Amino acid sequence: MTLRFVLNGAKTELDAHPMARLLDVLREECALTGSKEGCGEGECGACTVLVNGEPVCSCIIPVAHVEGAAVLTIEGLGGDHPLQHHFMNEVGAQCGICTPGMIMAAMALGPAPTLEDVKTALAGNLCRCTGYAAIYRAVMKWRGLEAPPSMVAE
Amino acid sequence: MRTAISELDLRSASSLTEALAILRDEARTPIAGATDVYVALNFGTLKPKRFLDIWALDELRSISLSGDTLVIGSLTTYTSLIQSPIVGERLPMLVEASRLVGGVQIQNRGTIGGNVANASPAGDALPVLAAADAVIVVRSDAGERRVPITQFYTGYRATVMTPDELIVAVEIAPVEGKQWFRKVGTRAAQAISKVVVAGVRAPMPRIAFGSIAPTVVRVPETERALGDGATIDDAEGVLAREIAPIDDIRSTAEYRRRVSMNLLRRFWAETG
Ligand SMILES: Cc1cc2nc3c(=O)[nH]c(=O)nc-3n(C[C@H](O)[C@H](O)[C@H](O)COP(=O)(O)OP(=O)(O)OC[C@H]3O[C@@H](n4cnc5c(N)ncnc54)[C@H](O)[C@@H]3O)c2cc1C
Ligand code: FES
Ligand code: FES
Repeated sequence: MTLRFVLNGAKTELDAHPMARLLDVLREECALTGSKEGCGEGECGACTVLVNGEPVCSCIIPVAHVEGAAVLTIEGLGGDHPLQHHFMNEVGAQCGICTPGMIMAAMALGPAPTLEDVKTALAGNLCRCTGYAAIYRAVMKWRGLEAPPSMVAE
Repeated sequence: MRTAISELDLRSASSLTEALAILRDEARTPIAGATDVYVALNFGTLKPKRFLDIWALDELRSISLSGDTLVIGSLTTYTSLIQSPIVGERLPMLVEASRLVGGVQIQNRGTIGGNVANASPAGDALPVLAAADAVIVVRSDAGERRVPITQFYTGYRATVMTPDELIVAVEIAPVEGKQWFRKVGTRAAQAISKVVVAGVRAPMPRIAFGSIAPTVVRVPETERALGDGATIDDAEGVLAREIAPIDDIRSTAEYRRRVSMNLLRRFWAETG
């Protein structure tokens, strides 16, 4: 099918099988390899992108579901987004596989989130390296919140 | 290995009428939020080859009151359930269950109709619907029928639905009494339930368990015992005899029986 959608702000038209996974279309047809495949079954969140502002796992979405929608991937943040800098400063990224998904999931946080809100927003994203505290800290600093003392780096 | 996409065929419907006409003429597996269908696709366990995409049918997304009955469209996502003031007021146990389904990404796409149709014994919305005596509204090109959820499942992953039918809504009459939901899994988000329970504390309590049998189950003998004023110790004994939990990769039958008894006790203590 010919698919029309808005990808990272740009009107996009491409040919794809309607049941292709959104993740594969992004990585293979659009050459946007920032979204990662961890599990391929919706469990890890490494493939998280925003569809009309909502985080979804692109590994379990048929591309037909984004017809007419706005898709935002990590590349759409431009590489100089404040949250990306907080991830670097707090060492919220180690191997980096989970990072694009973490950042995209965090993008959907509402105004003035609490630590609990941050944890809920990121509950669908797994990280094998950091132990999460650095990730929560990065997100909280980005939103101007004090991280609790127990989460502050030694 | 992942199912080869090139072998699959998808049609999309833009109205319910069109979707039902397609299903009248040819067998196709519906795709709603795809959170179950695509996990099967990625695992290579997806058997059907022909699909019907119903995700665009906004007419199945409303949450409304019809008289005193809460009507939830089948494409309503967990996120919409969590955010809905009427659901929060009328069926707080469904909000609680929805919060514990997967992470936000899954809540944004997973639908209540998909949970009901998928017919997993671990479906978290199912005990809530069973304890609330919900009615599943299914429609085909030939007409509509209403099936009480307690009669909807005929066995492991089997329902009374025919291939030309779609679930269009779930109806819930007012629930009197305090509602309670608990899911026991390996972790809060993303875990498949080992035991899940929903209860309504009314003069005749209504209690439903998931993940302990091939389908969601009510426990009428336990309900009757509690309704007749049995002590919780006695009711636990009734429950232990009434249920026949399953052994599987996630837990043993004995573990599930013990947990079910503990959950019954908790339900009773916390709603008293
Ligand atoms: C990471 C992850 C975590 C999960 N966690 C949980 C959890 O904690 N608890 C839980 O209960 N589930 C969980 N699930 C399973 C799944 O998200 C739910 O069952 C969800 O409600 C399915 O809805 P869907 O719209 O995505 O269904 P789909 O995948 O689109 O469809 C599922 C099945 O239902 C059929 N179907 C869908 N809609 C209709 C309809 N209107 N009429 C007729 N048939 C229909 C489809 O043909 C298919 O057979 C999880 C899934 C993932 C990937
Ligand atoms: S790769 Fe999509 S959730 Fe893990
Ligand atoms: S940084 Fe390696 S998985 Fe998170």
